[in-house]
Amino acid sequence: MNFQAIKVIFLQEMLRAWETLFQSLASPVISTCLYFIVFGSAIGSRIQSIDGVSYGLFIVPGLTMLSLLTQSIANASFGIFFPKFTGTIYEIHSAPISYLEIIIGYVGAAATKSLIIGCIILLTASFFVDLNIAHPVWMVTFLILTCISFSLFGFIIGLWANDFEKLQVIPLLVITPLVFLGGSFYSVSMLPPFWQTVTLFNPVVYLISGFRWSFFEVSDVSVGVSLTMILGFLVICIAIVGWMFKTGYRVKQ
Amino acid sequence: MSAIVSIKDLSKTYQSGFRALKNVDLDIADGEILALLGPNGAGKTTLISIICGIVSPSAGTVAVNGFDNVSDYRKTRALIGLVPQELTLGQFDTVWNTVRFSRGLFGKKSNDAYLEQLLKDLSLFDKKDNELRALSGGMKRRVLIAKALSHEPKILFLDEPTAGVDVELRKDMWNIVRRLRDSGVTIILTTHYIEEAEEIADRIGIISNGELLLVEDKQALMHNLGKKQLIVELKESAPGLPQSLAKYDLELSDDGEQLTYTYDTMSDSTGITDMLQAIQSAGLLLKDMQIKQSSLEDIFVDLVRVDKEPVDQKSVDKKQADLAEAKS
Ligand SMILES: Nc1ncnc2c1ncn2[C@@H]1O[C@H](COP(=O)(O)OP(=O)(O)OP(=O)(O)O)[C@@H](O)[C@H]1O
Ligand SMILES: [Mg+2]
Repeated sequence: MNFQAIKVIFLQEMLRAWETLFQSLASPVISTCLYFIVFGSAIGSRIQSIDGVSYGLFIVPGLTMLSLLTQSIANASFGIFFPKFTGTIYEIHSAPISYLEIIIGYVGAAATKSLIIGCIILLTASFFVDLNIAHPVWMVTFLILTCISFSLFGFIIGLWANDFEKLQVIPLLVITPLVFLGGSFYSVSMLPPFWQTVTLFNPVVYLISGFRWSFFEVSDVSVGVSLTMILGFLVICIAIVGWMFKTGYRVKQ
Repeated sequence: MSAIVSIKDLSKTYQSGFRALKNVDLDIADGEILALLGPNGAGKTTLISIICGIVSPSAGTVAVNGFDNVSDYRKTRALIGLVPQELTLGQFDTVWNTVRFSRGLFGKKSNDAYLEQLLKDLSLFDKKDNELRALSGGMKRRVLIAKALSHEPKILFLDEPTAGVDVELRKDMWNIVRRLRDSGVTIILTTHYIEEAEEIADRIGIISNGELLLVEDKQALMHNLGKKQLIVELKESAPGLPQSLAKYDLELSDDGEQLTYTYDTMSDSTGITDMLQAIQSAGLLLKDMQIKQSSLEDIFVDLVRVDKEPVDQKSVDKKQADLAEAKS
Protein backbone atom coordinates (compact mmCIF):
# COMPACT_ATOMS: atom_id res chain seq x y z
CA MET A 1 0.00 0.00 0.00
CA ASN A 2 1.23 3.46 -0.89
CA PHE A 3 -0.04 5.19 2.26
CA GLN A 4 1.82 8.38 1.49
CA ALA A 5 -0.14 8.74 -1.74
CA ILE A 6 -3.49 8.13 -0.04
CA LYS A 7 -2.55 10.68 2.58
CA VAL A 8 -1.57 13.44 0.14
CA ILE A 9 -4.63 12.91 -2.06
CA PHE A 10 -6.90 12.95 0.97
CA LEU A 11 -5.26 16.05 2.43
CA GLN A 12 -5.27 17.87 -0.88
CA GLU A 13 -8.98 17.26 -1.27
CA MET A 14 -9.68 18.35 2.29
CA LEU A 15 -7.54 21.42 1.77
CA ARG A 16 -9.64 22.38 -1.22
CA ALA A 17 -12.73 22.42 0.98
CA TRP A 18 -10.85 24.27 3.70
CA GLU A 19 -9.94 27.06 1.31
CA THR A 20 -13.58 27.49 0.38
CA LEU A 21 -14.66 26.82 3.94
CA PHE A 22 -17.31 29.45 4.08
CA GLN A 23 -18.93 28.26 0.89
CA SER A 24 -18.61 24.59 1.89
CA LEU A 25 -20.33 25.13 5.21
CA ALA A 26 -22.56 28.13 4.69
CA SER A 27 -24.59 26.63 1.89
CA PRO A 28 -25.79 23.49 3.72
CA VAL A 29 -26.41 25.47 6.91
CA ILE A 30 -28.34 28.19 5.15
CA SER A 31 -30.46 25.79 3.11
CA THR A 32 -31.26 23.74 6.21
CA CYS A 33 -32.38 26.86 8.05
CA LEU A 34 -34.55 27.85 5.10
CA TYR A 35 -36.17 24.43 4.95
CA PHE A 36 -36.88 24.58 8.65
CA ILE A 37 -38.33 28.03 8.50
CA VAL A 38 -40.56 27.19 5.53
CA PHE A 39 -41.49 23.56 6.12
CA GLY A 40 -40.82 23.10 9.79
CA SER A 41 -42.36 26.27 11.18
CA ALA A 42 -44.56 27.95 8.59
CA ILE A 43 -46.16 24.93 6.96
CA GLY A 44 -45.34 22.32 9.59
CA SER A 45 -47.31 24.08 12.28
CA ARG A 46 -50.45 23.40 10.24
CA ILE A 47 -49.61 19.77 9.55
CA GLN A 48 -50.57 17.15 12.08
CA SER A 49 -47.87 14.92 13.44
CA ILE A 50 -46.87 11.87 11.39
CA ASP A 51 -46.72 8.54 13.21
CA GLY A 52 -46.63 10.48 16.43
CA VAL A 53 -43.68 12.62 15.37
CA SER A 54 -44.18 16.36 14.90
CA TYR A 55 -43.68 17.48 11.30
CA GLY A 56 -40.71 19.73 12.07
CA LEU A 57 -38.95 16.79 13.67
CA PHE A 58 -40.11 14.34 11.03
CA ILE A 59 -38.29 16.13 8.19
CA VAL A 60 -34.88 16.25 9.95
CA PRO A 61 -33.58 12.87 8.69
CA GLY A 62 -34.87 13.52 5.17
CA LEU A 63 -33.31 16.97 5.05
CA THR A 64 -30.00 15.62 6.26
CA MET A 65 -30.08 12.90 3.61
CA LEU A 66 -30.98 15.43 0.92
CA SER A 67 -27.86 17.48 1.64
CA LEU A 68 -25.70 14.43 2.25
CA LEU A 69 -26.54 12.88 -1.09
CA THR A 70 -26.09 16.02 -3.14
CA GLN A 71 -22.92 17.00 -1.30
CA SER A 72 -21.36 13.54 -1.57
CA ILE A 73 -22.01 13.37 -5.28
CA ALA A 74 -20.93 16.94 -5.95
CA ASN A 75 -17.73 16.67 -3.93
CA ALA A 76 -16.60 13.34 -5.26
CA SER A 77 -17.51 13.93 -8.89
CA PHE A 78 -15.82 17.31 -8.96
CA GLY A 79 -12.79 15.98 -7.09
CA ILE A 80 -11.88 13.54 -9.85
CA PHE A 81 -13.36 15.45 -12.78
CA PHE A 82 -11.28 18.56 -12.17
CA PRO A 83 -7.84 16.93 -12.58
CA LYS A 84 -9.19 15.22 -15.67
CA PHE A 85 -10.37 18.55 -16.99
CA THR A 86 -7.16 20.46 -16.29
CA GLY A 87 -4.93 17.54 -17.29
CA THR A 88 -3.22 17.24 -13.92
CA ILE A 89 -4.51 13.66 -13.77
CA TYR A 90 -1.35 12.71 -15.68
CA GLU A 91 0.46 12.77 -12.39
CA ILE A 92 -1.93 10.32 -10.76
CA HIS A 93 -1.59 7.97 -13.72
CA SER A 94 2.18 8.14 -13.72
CA ALA A 95 2.51 7.58 -9.97
CA PRO A 96 3.05 4.19 -8.34
CA ILE A 97 -0.45 3.96 -6.93
CA SER A 98 -3.15 1.36 -7.36
CA TYR A 99 -6.73 2.13 -8.31
CA LEU A 100 -7.82 1.16 -4.83
CA GLU A 101 -5.52 3.79 -3.36
CA ILE A 102 -6.82 6.44 -5.73
CA ILE A 103 -10.38 5.59 -4.72
CA ILE A 104 -9.62 5.57 -1.02
CA GLY A 105 -7.99 8.98 -1.32
CA TYR A 106 -10.67 10.72 -3.36
CA VAL A 107 -13.78 8.95 -2.12
CA GLY A 108 -12.51 8.96 1.45
CA ALA A 109 -12.06 12.72 1.34
CA ALA A 110 -15.46 13.33 -0.26
CA ALA A 111 -17.19 11.05 2.24
CA THR A 112 -15.44 12.72 5.15
CA LYS A 113 -16.53 16.13 3.94
CA SER A 114 -20.15 15.09 3.62
CA LEU A 115 -20.02 13.41 7.01
CA ILE A 116 -18.91 16.70 8.51
CA ILE A 117 -21.67 18.50 6.65
CA GLY A 118 -24.21 15.93 7.88
CA CYS A 119 -23.17 16.58 11.46
CA ILE A 120 -23.40 20.33 10.95
CA ILE A 121 -26.91 20.00 9.53
CA LEU A 122 -28.02 17.91 12.47
CA LEU A 123 -26.48 20.47 14.78
CA THR A 124 -28.30 23.28 12.97
CA ALA A 125 -31.55 21.29 13.16
CA SER A 126 -31.16 20.84 16.90
CA PHE A 127 -31.57 24.59 17.27
CA PHE A 128 -35.01 24.35 15.73
CA VAL A 129 -36.33 21.12 17.18
CA ASP A 130 -35.68 18.92 20.14
CA LEU A 131 -33.65 16.07 18.64
CA ASN A 132 -33.72 12.71 20.41
CA ILE A 133 -31.90 9.95 18.62
CA ALA A 134 -33.27 6.52 19.47
CA HIS A 135 -30.43 4.46 17.97
CA PRO A 136 -27.27 6.60 17.72
CA VAL A 137 -25.06 3.72 16.54
CA TRP A 138 -27.44 2.90 13.69
CA MET A 139 -27.79 6.56 12.90
CA VAL A 140 -24.02 6.88 12.51
CA THR A 141 -23.89 3.64 10.52
CA PHE A 142 -26.49 4.90 8.05
CA LEU A 143 -24.75 8.24 7.87
CA ILE A 144 -21.36 6.73 7.09
CA LEU A 145 -22.70 4.15 4.63
CA THR A 146 -24.59 6.83 2.76
CA CYS A 147 -21.59 9.15 2.62
CA ILE A 148 -19.34 6.40 1.29
CA SER A 149 -21.70 4.88 -1.24
CA PHE A 150 -22.85 8.19 -2.70
CA SER A 151 -19.35 9.58 -2.77
CA LEU A 152 -18.38 6.48 -4.71
CA PHE A 153 -21.34 7.08 -7.00
CA GLY A 154 -20.20 10.67 -7.49
CA PHE A 155 -16.69 9.44 -8.22
CA ILE A 156 -18.10 7.24 -10.99
CA ILE A 157 -19.95 10.22 -12.45
CA GLY A 158 -16.76 12.29 -12.33
CA LEU A 159 -14.82 9.55 -14.10
CA TRP A 160 -17.52 9.06 -16.69
CA ALA A 161 -18.19 12.72 -17.44
CA ASN A 162 -16.08 14.24 -20.16
CA ASP A 163 -17.62 17.68 -20.01
CA PHE A 164 -19.27 19.91 -17.43
CA GLU A 165 -22.74 19.20 -18.74
CA LYS A 166 -22.46 15.48 -18.13
CA LEU A 167 -21.11 16.24 -14.69
CA GLN A 168 -24.29 18.11 -13.81
CA VAL A 169 -26.88 16.09 -15.65
CA ILE A 170 -27.16 13.04 -13.37
CA PRO A 171 -27.34 14.93 -10.07
CA LEU A 172 -29.86 17.30 -11.60
CA LEU A 173 -32.09 14.93 -13.55
CA VAL A 174 -31.86 11.80 -11.46
CA ILE A 175 -30.75 12.44 -7.92
CA THR A 176 -32.75 15.56 -7.08
CA PRO A 177 -36.13 14.07 -8.16
CA LEU A 178 -35.37 10.78 -6.44
CA VAL A 179 -34.58 12.53 -3.19
CA PHE A 180 -37.56 14.84 -3.31
CA LEU A 181 -39.86 11.93 -4.12
CA GLY A 182 -38.08 9.68 -1.65
CA GLY A 183 -40.07 10.72 1.37
CA SER A 184 -37.87 13.52 2.67
CA PHE A 185 -40.91 15.62 3.45
CA TYR A 186 -43.66 13.04 3.85
CA SER A 187 -44.33 9.49 4.88
CA VAL A 188 -44.83 7.04 2.03
CA SER A 189 -48.03 5.89 3.70
CA MET A 190 -49.50 9.35 2.98
CA LEU A 191 -49.47 8.60 -0.77
CA PRO A 192 -52.28 6.93 -2.74
CA PRO A 193 -51.75 3.14 -3.00
CA PHE A 194 -50.58 3.24 -6.63
CA TRP A 195 -47.86 5.77 -5.88
CA GLN A 196 -46.85 3.85 -2.80
CA THR A 197 -45.95 0.94 -5.07
CA VAL A 198 -44.11 3.18 -7.53
CA THR A 199 -42.17 4.73 -4.70
CA LEU A 200 -40.79 1.36 -3.71
CA PHE A 201 -38.66 1.45 -6.87
CA ASN A 202 -36.93 4.56 -5.58
CA PRO A 203 -33.81 3.49 -3.72
CA VAL A 204 -33.67 6.74 -1.79
CA VAL A 205 -36.89 5.77 0.00
CA TYR A 206 -35.06 2.94 1.73
CA LEU A 207 -32.21 5.20 2.70
CA ILE A 208 -34.38 7.86 4.25
CA SER A 209 -36.67 5.33 5.86
CA GLY A 210 -33.82 3.53 7.57
CA PHE A 211 -32.19 6.75 8.65
CA ARG A 212 -35.47 8.05 10.04
CA TRP A 213 -36.00 4.83 11.94
CA SER A 214 -32.69 5.34 13.75
CA PHE A 215 -34.13 8.62 15.06
CA PHE A 216 -37.76 7.90 15.82
CA GLU A 217 -38.22 4.15 15.41
CA VAL A 218 -40.81 4.83 12.70
CA SER A 219 -40.16 3.72 9.15
CA ASP A 220 -41.83 3.11 5.80
CA VAL A 221 -40.01 -0.12 5.17
CA SER A 222 -38.22 -2.43 7.56
CA VAL A 223 -34.71 -1.51 8.70
CA GLY A 224 -33.26 -4.76 7.41
CA VAL A 225 -34.49 -3.97 3.92
CA SER A 226 -33.09 -0.45 4.18
CA LEU A 227 -29.70 -1.72 5.18
CA THR A 228 -29.69 -4.36 2.47
CA MET A 229 -30.58 -1.78 -0.14
CA ILE A 230 -27.83 0.61 0.78
CA LEU A 231 -25.25 -2.16 1.01
CA GLY A 232 -26.45 -3.41 -2.36
CA PHE A 233 -26.01 0.04 -3.83
CA LEU A 234 -22.50 0.22 -2.40
CA VAL A 235 -21.60 -3.14 -3.92
CA ILE A 236 -22.94 -2.07 -7.33
CA CYS A 237 -20.88 1.12 -7.20
CA ILE A 238 -17.77 -0.81 -6.23
CA ALA A 239 -18.37 -3.21 -9.11
CA ILE A 240 -18.82 -0.38 -11.62
CA VAL A 241 -15.76 1.54 -10.52
CA GLY A 242 -13.74 -1.68 -10.49
CA TRP A 243 -14.85 -2.44 -14.02
CA MET A 244 -14.03 1.08 -15.19
CA PHE A 245 -10.54 0.94 -13.83
CA LYS A 246 -9.94 -2.57 -15.04
CA THR A 247 -10.97 -1.91 -18.61
CA GLY A 248 -9.72 1.67 -18.60
CA TYR A 249 -13.16 2.84 -19.72
CA ARG A 250 -13.07 6.67 -19.68
CA VAL A 251 -10.02 6.38 -17.44
CA LYS A 252 -7.06 5.90 -19.75
CA GLN A 253 -6.44 6.18 -23.45
CA MET B 1 26.01 -0.15 -21.38
CA SER B 2 23.01 -1.74 -19.72
CA ALA B 3 19.51 -0.75 -20.75
CA ILE B 4 17.43 0.94 -18.05
CA VAL B 5 14.41 1.16 -20.34
CA SER B 6 13.77 -1.54 -22.89
CA ILE B 7 10.94 -1.13 -25.37
CA LYS B 8 9.91 -4.07 -27.51
CA ASP B 9 7.63 -3.96 -30.52
CA LEU B 10 5.50 -1.19 -29.08
CA SER B 11 2.40 -0.11 -30.98
CA LYS B 12 -0.42 2.24 -30.14
CA THR B 13 -3.71 2.65 -31.92
CA TYR B 14 -5.93 5.30 -30.36
CA GLN B 15 -9.65 4.77 -29.97
CA SER B 16 -10.16 6.96 -33.01
CA GLY B 17 -8.36 4.25 -34.98
CA PHE B 18 -5.27 6.40 -35.47
CA ARG B 19 -1.99 4.49 -35.35
CA ALA B 20 0.29 6.74 -33.35
CA LEU B 21 3.12 4.24 -32.85
CA LYS B 22 4.20 1.41 -35.11
CA ASN B 23 6.34 -1.42 -33.78
CA VAL B 24 8.85 0.68 -31.91
CA ASP B 25 11.95 -1.02 -30.50
CA LEU B 26 14.25 1.02 -28.33
CA ASP B 27 16.79 0.46 -25.58
CA ILE B 28 17.68 3.42 -23.42
CA ALA B 29 21.04 3.10 -21.72
CA ASP B 30 21.50 3.74 -18.02
CA GLY B 31 22.81 7.24 -17.47
CA GLU B 32 22.56 8.58 -20.99
CA ILE B 33 20.82 11.62 -22.38
CA LEU B 34 18.61 10.57 -25.26
CA ALA B 35 16.95 13.15 -27.46
CA LEU B 36 13.86 12.17 -29.42
CA LEU B 37 13.48 14.35 -32.47
CA GLY B 38 10.41 14.45 -34.62
CA PRO B 39 7.90 16.75 -36.25
CA ASN B 40 4.45 17.52 -34.76
CA GLY B 41 2.32 14.44 -34.39
CA ALA B 42 5.23 12.05 -34.80
CA GLY B 43 4.34 10.11 -31.66
CA LYS B 44 6.92 11.38 -29.18
CA THR B 45 4.43 12.23 -26.43
CA THR B 46 2.58 8.98 -27.04
CA LEU B 47 5.79 6.99 -26.60
CA ILE B 48 6.68 8.79 -23.37
CA SER B 49 3.13 8.50 -22.05
CA ILE B 50 3.17 4.75 -22.52
CA ILE B 51 6.47 4.35 -20.70
CA CYS B 52 5.18 6.44 -17.81
CA GLY B 53 1.86 4.58 -17.60
CA ILE B 54 -0.43 7.40 -18.72
CA VAL B 55 -1.47 5.71 -21.96
CA SER B 56 -2.00 1.96 -22.36
CA PRO B 57 -0.11 0.31 -25.21
CA SER B 58 -2.03 -1.61 -27.88
CA ALA B 59 0.80 -4.11 -28.32
CA GLY B 60 4.34 -4.61 -27.15
CA THR B 61 6.11 -4.25 -23.82
CA VAL B 62 8.13 -1.75 -21.85
CA ALA B 63 10.60 -2.88 -19.21
CA VAL B 64 12.07 -0.37 -16.78
CA ASN B 65 15.04 -1.52 -14.78
CA GLY B 66 14.07 -5.07 -15.74
CA PHE B 67 10.46 -4.79 -14.55
CA ASP B 68 7.43 -4.79 -16.79
CA ASN B 69 5.74 -1.39 -16.64
CA VAL B 70 2.24 -2.88 -16.53
CA SER B 71 2.50 -5.84 -14.18
CA ASP B 72 5.18 -4.26 -11.97
CA TYR B 73 4.00 -0.68 -12.30
CA ARG B 74 4.81 0.27 -8.75
CA LYS B 75 8.48 -0.53 -9.18
CA THR B 76 8.78 1.07 -12.59
CA ARG B 77 6.82 4.25 -11.94
CA ALA B 78 8.66 4.96 -8.70
CA LEU B 79 11.84 5.33 -10.77
CA ILE B 80 10.40 7.77 -13.27
CA GLY B 81 9.82 11.51 -13.21
CA LEU B 82 7.90 13.21 -15.98
CA VAL B 83 7.77 16.81 -17.11
CA PRO B 84 4.77 16.93 -19.45
CA GLN B 85 4.61 18.94 -22.63
CA GLU B 86 1.59 21.00 -21.62
CA LEU B 87 1.68 23.33 -18.64
CA THR B 88 -0.77 21.20 -16.70
CA LEU B 89 -0.93 22.50 -13.17
CA GLY B 90 -3.64 23.09 -10.60
CA GLN B 91 -4.82 26.63 -10.12
CA PHE B 92 -5.11 27.34 -6.45
CA ASP B 93 -2.39 25.18 -4.94
CA THR B 94 0.77 26.86 -3.83
CA VAL B 95 4.13 25.90 -5.30
CA TRP B 96 5.20 24.34 -2.04
CA ASN B 97 2.02 22.29 -1.62
CA THR B 98 2.05 20.96 -5.14
CA VAL B 99 5.66 19.82 -4.88
CA ARG B 100 4.98 18.10 -1.58
CA PHE B 101 1.92 16.49 -3.11
CA SER B 102 3.99 15.03 -5.94
CA ARG B 103 6.54 13.60 -3.58
CA GLY B 104 3.85 11.93 -1.49
CA LEU B 105 2.08 10.60 -4.54
CA PHE B 106 5.22 8.67 -5.40
CA GLY B 107 5.24 7.14 -1.95
CA LYS B 108 8.19 9.06 -0.57
CA LYS B 109 8.27 10.28 3.01
CA SER B 110 8.25 14.05 3.20
CA ASN B 111 11.71 15.59 3.15
CA ASP B 112 11.38 19.33 3.34
CA ALA B 113 15.12 19.94 3.27
CA TYR B 114 15.39 18.17 -0.08
CA LEU B 115 12.42 20.01 -1.54
CA GLU B 116 13.74 23.31 -0.27
CA GLN B 117 17.06 22.73 -2.02
CA LEU B 118 15.25 21.63 -5.17
CA LEU B 119 13.20 24.82 -5.28
CA LYS B 120 16.33 26.86 -4.69
CA ASP B 121 18.12 25.12 -7.55
CA LEU B 122 15.23 26.00 -9.81
CA SER B 123 15.09 29.62 -8.56
CA LEU B 124 11.60 28.95 -7.24
CA PHE B 125 12.14 29.22 -3.54
CA ASP B 126 11.04 32.83 -3.23
CA LYS B 127 7.83 31.87 -5.02
CA LYS B 128 7.06 28.90 -2.82
CA ASP B 129 3.92 30.38 -1.29
CA ASN B 130 2.53 31.75 -4.54
CA GLU B 131 -0.54 30.25 -6.10
CA LEU B 132 0.19 28.38 -9.30
CA ARG B 133 -2.21 30.41 -11.41
CA ALA B 134 -0.26 33.56 -10.56
CA LEU B 135 2.97 32.24 -12.10
CA SER B 136 4.35 33.03 -15.53
CA GLY B 137 4.67 30.30 -18.13
CA GLY B 138 8.38 29.86 -17.54
CA MET B 139 7.82 29.65 -13.79
CA LYS B 140 5.17 27.02 -14.34
CA ARG B 141 7.65 25.04 -16.39
CA ARG B 142 10.07 25.20 -13.47
CA VAL B 143 7.35 24.00 -11.10
CA LEU B 144 6.66 21.04 -13.37
CA ILE B 145 10.35 20.18 -13.28
CA ALA B 146 10.37 20.49 -9.51
CA LYS B 147 7.36 18.17 -9.30
CA ALA B 148 9.04 15.63 -11.55
CA LEU B 149 12.20 15.71 -9.45
CA SER B 150 10.41 15.81 -6.10
CA HIS B 151 10.64 12.05 -5.59
CA GLU B 152 14.27 11.74 -6.66
CA PRO B 153 13.69 9.72 -9.84
CA LYS B 154 16.34 7.64 -11.60
CA ILE B 155 14.89 8.39 -15.00
CA LEU B 156 13.63 11.78 -16.11
CA PHE B 157 11.41 12.43 -19.11
CA LEU B 158 11.29 15.98 -20.42
CA ASP B 159 8.63 16.40 -23.07
CA GLU B 160 9.60 19.50 -25.01
CA PRO B 161 11.12 21.24 -22.02
CA THR B 162 12.14 24.35 -23.91
CA ALA B 163 8.82 25.19 -25.56
CA GLY B 164 8.01 28.77 -24.60
CA VAL B 165 11.12 29.16 -22.51
CA ASP B 166 13.51 32.10 -22.63
CA VAL B 167 17.26 31.89 -23.12
CA GLU B 168 17.96 32.21 -19.42
CA LEU B 169 15.72 29.33 -18.40
CA ARG B 170 16.99 27.23 -21.26
CA LYS B 171 20.53 27.68 -20.00
CA ASP B 172 19.42 26.86 -16.46
CA MET B 173 17.61 23.82 -17.73
CA TRP B 174 20.60 22.43 -19.54
CA ASN B 175 22.73 23.01 -16.48
CA ILE B 176 20.24 21.08 -14.41
CA VAL B 177 20.09 18.30 -17.00
CA ARG B 178 23.86 17.98 -17.06
CA ARG B 179 24.05 17.97 -13.29
CA LEU B 180 21.39 15.28 -13.09
CA ARG B 181 23.21 13.20 -15.68
CA ASP B 182 26.40 13.53 -13.66
CA SER B 183 24.53 12.21 -10.63
CA GLY B 184 23.50 9.16 -12.63
CA VAL B 185 20.01 10.10 -13.78
CA THR B 186 18.97 8.89 -17.23
CA ILE B 187 17.34 11.66 -19.23
CA ILE B 188 15.03 11.38 -22.21
CA LEU B 189 13.91 14.59 -23.84
CA THR B 190 11.87 15.39 -26.89
CA THR B 191 12.38 18.42 -29.01
CA HIS B 192 11.73 19.97 -32.37
CA TYR B 193 14.98 21.85 -32.24
CA ILE B 194 17.93 20.10 -33.73
CA GLU B 195 20.43 22.44 -32.10
CA GLU B 196 19.11 21.35 -28.74
CA ALA B 197 19.62 17.70 -29.46
CA GLU B 198 23.02 18.50 -30.90
CA GLU B 199 23.97 20.48 -27.83
CA ILE B 200 22.86 18.22 -25.03
CA ALA B 201 22.23 14.64 -26.15
CA ASP B 202 24.50 11.61 -26.16
CA ARG B 203 22.23 9.75 -28.52
CA ILE B 204 19.54 10.87 -30.88
CA GLY B 205 16.41 9.06 -31.95
CA ILE B 206 14.35 10.28 -34.86
CA ILE B 207 10.62 9.59 -34.92
CA SER B 208 8.27 10.31 -37.75
CA ASN B 209 4.78 9.04 -38.43
CA GLY B 210 4.87 6.73 -35.44
CA GLU B 211 8.03 4.99 -36.55
CA LEU B 212 11.40 5.18 -34.93
CA LEU B 213 13.50 5.81 -38.01
CA LEU B 214 16.82 5.51 -36.27
CA VAL B 215 18.60 5.82 -32.96
CA GLU B 216 22.27 6.54 -32.99
CA ASP B 217 25.13 8.00 -31.15
CA LYS B 218 25.17 11.70 -31.93
CA GLN B 219 28.70 11.66 -33.33
CA ALA B 220 28.14 8.50 -35.30
CA LEU B 221 24.91 9.83 -36.70
CA MET B 222 26.52 12.96 -37.98
CA HIS B 223 29.43 10.97 -39.29
CA ASN B 224 27.42 8.26 -40.99
CA LEU B 225 24.67 10.26 -42.47
CA GLY B 226 26.60 13.43 -42.90
CA LYS B 227 27.45 14.08 -46.50
CA LYS B 228 30.33 16.28 -47.38
CA GLN B 229 30.36 18.70 -50.21
CA LEU B 230 33.40 20.05 -51.93
CA ILE B 231 32.70 23.37 -53.54
CA VAL B 232 35.08 24.45 -56.24
CA GLU B 233 35.07 28.03 -57.41
CA LEU B 234 36.21 28.63 -60.93
CA LYS B 235 38.28 31.52 -62.19
CA GLU B 236 36.19 31.85 -65.29
CA SER B 237 32.61 30.88 -65.68
CA ALA B 238 32.11 27.64 -67.58
CA PRO B 239 29.35 27.52 -70.20
CA GLY B 240 28.37 23.97 -69.24
CA LEU B 241 29.65 20.86 -67.57
CA PRO B 242 32.32 19.37 -69.86
CA GLN B 243 31.58 15.89 -71.15
CA SER B 244 34.72 14.48 -69.50
CA LEU B 245 33.34 15.37 -66.09
CA ALA B 246 29.93 13.76 -66.58
CA LYS B 247 30.89 10.60 -64.68
CA TYR B 248 31.40 12.56 -61.44
CA ASP B 249 28.53 13.64 -59.23
CA LEU B 250 29.13 17.28 -60.05
CA GLU B 251 26.76 20.16 -60.23
CA LEU B 252 27.43 23.45 -61.94
CA SER B 253 25.91 26.59 -60.49
CA ASP B 254 23.62 28.75 -62.63
CA ASP B 255 26.25 31.40 -63.19
CA GLY B 256 28.73 28.69 -64.12
CA GLU B 257 31.29 29.83 -61.55
CA GLN B 258 30.87 27.08 -58.98
CA LEU B 259 31.13 23.31 -59.08
CA THR B 260 29.69 21.28 -56.21
CA TYR B 261 30.95 17.77 -55.61
CA THR B 262 28.93 15.68 -53.14
CA TYR B 263 30.58 12.61 -51.62
CA ASP B 264 30.03 10.11 -48.89
CA THR B 265 32.50 10.35 -46.04
CA MET B 266 32.16 6.65 -45.28
CA SER B 267 33.13 5.25 -48.64
CA ASP B 268 36.69 3.95 -49.08
CA SER B 269 37.73 6.40 -51.70
CA THR B 270 36.17 9.77 -52.09
CA GLY B 271 37.41 10.20 -55.65
CA ILE B 272 38.49 13.73 -54.97
CA THR B 273 41.95 13.41 -56.46
CA ASP B 274 40.69 11.99 -59.75
CA MET B 275 37.93 14.49 -59.97
CA LEU B 276 40.21 17.46 -59.40
CA GLN B 277 42.58 16.19 -62.05
CA ALA B 278 39.69 15.77 -64.46
CA ILE B 279 38.62 19.34 -63.83
CA GLN B 280 42.08 20.56 -64.63
CA SER B 281 42.42 18.52 -67.78
CA ALA B 282 39.06 19.82 -68.90
CA GLY B 283 40.72 23.20 -68.95
CA LEU B 284 38.87 24.78 -66.05
CA LEU B 285 40.91 26.95 -63.69
CA LEU B 286 40.42 26.74 -59.93
CA LYS B 287 40.06 29.87 -57.89
CA ASP B 288 39.13 28.51 -54.47
CA MET B 289 37.88 25.41 -52.69
CA GLN B 290 35.71 24.90 -49.66
CA ILE B 291 34.29 21.89 -47.81
CA LYS B 292 30.82 21.81 -46.25
CA GLN B 293 29.52 19.14 -43.90
CA SER B 294 25.79 18.64 -43.52
CA SER B 295 24.47 19.54 -40.08
CA LEU B 296 22.18 17.40 -37.99
CA GLU B 297 19.39 19.58 -39.22
CA ASP B 298 20.01 18.61 -42.85
CA ILE B 299 20.13 14.96 -41.85
CA PHE B 300 16.90 15.28 -39.94
CA VAL B 301 15.07 17.15 -42.64
CA ASP B 302 16.20 14.62 -45.22
CA LEU B 303 15.09 11.64 -43.17
CA VAL B 304 11.75 13.02 -42.17
CA ARG B 305 10.91 14.40 -45.58
CA VAL B 306 11.70 11.15 -47.37
CA ASP B 307 9.65 9.30 -44.80
CA LYS B 308 6.72 11.67 -45.01
CA GLU B 309 6.43 12.40 -48.68
CA PRO B 310 8.13 9.72 -50.69
CA VAL B 311 6.21 10.67 -53.82
CA ASP B 312 7.07 14.32 -53.60
CA GLN B 313 10.71 13.55 -53.07
CA LYS B 314 10.81 11.53 -56.25
CA SER B 315 9.29 14.34 -58.22
CA VAL B 316 11.84 16.75 -56.75
CA ASP B 317 14.64 14.43 -57.82
CA LYS B 318 13.16 14.20 -61.26
CA LYS B 319 12.91 17.96 -61.56
CA GLN B 320 16.55 18.31 -60.65
CA ALA B 321 17.51 15.68 -63.18
CA ASP B 322 15.50 17.47 -65.86
CA LEU B 323 17.14 20.74 -64.99
CA ALA B 324 20.61 19.23 -65.17
CA GLU B 325 19.77 17.75 -68.55
CA ALA B 326 18.51 21.03 -69.88
CA LYS B 327 21.70 22.76 -68.80
CA SER B 328 24.15 20.38 -70.42
N1 LIG C 1 -6.04 10.82 -27.44
C1 LIG C 1 -5.79 10.73 -28.74
N2 LIG C 1 -6.72 10.23 -29.57
C2 LIG C 1 -6.48 10.13 -30.90
N3 LIG C 1 -5.33 10.48 -31.49
C3 LIG C 1 -4.36 10.97 -30.71
C4 LIG C 1 -4.54 11.12 -29.29
N4 LIG C 1 -3.41 11.64 -28.79
C5 LIG C 1 -2.57 11.81 -29.82
N5 LIG C 1 -3.13 11.41 -30.97
C6 LIG C 1 -2.52 11.44 -32.31
O1 LIG C 1 -1.35 10.66 -32.29
C7 LIG C 1 -0.33 11.28 -33.03
C8 LIG C 1 0.91 11.41 -32.20
O2 LIG C 1 0.68 12.35 -31.19
P1 LIG C 1 1.79 12.77 -30.15
O3 LIG C 1 1.19 13.72 -29.20
O4 LIG C 1 2.41 11.56 -29.61
O5 LIG C 1 2.82 13.53 -31.11
P2 LIG C 1 4.12 14.33 -30.73
O6 LIG C 1 5.24 13.70 -31.47
O7 LIG C 1 4.26 14.45 -29.28
O8 LIG C 1 3.79 15.74 -31.38
P3 LIG C 1 4.18 17.20 -30.89
O9 LIG C 1 5.56 17.44 -31.36
O10 LIG C 1 3.21 18.06 -31.60
O11 LIG C 1 4.03 17.24 -29.41
C9 LIG C 1 -0.89 12.60 -33.52
O12 LIG C 1 -1.27 12.45 -34.87
C10 LIG C 1 -2.09 12.83 -32.67
O13 LIG C 1 -3.09 13.49 -33.40
MG1 LIG D 1 4.25 15.92 -27.97
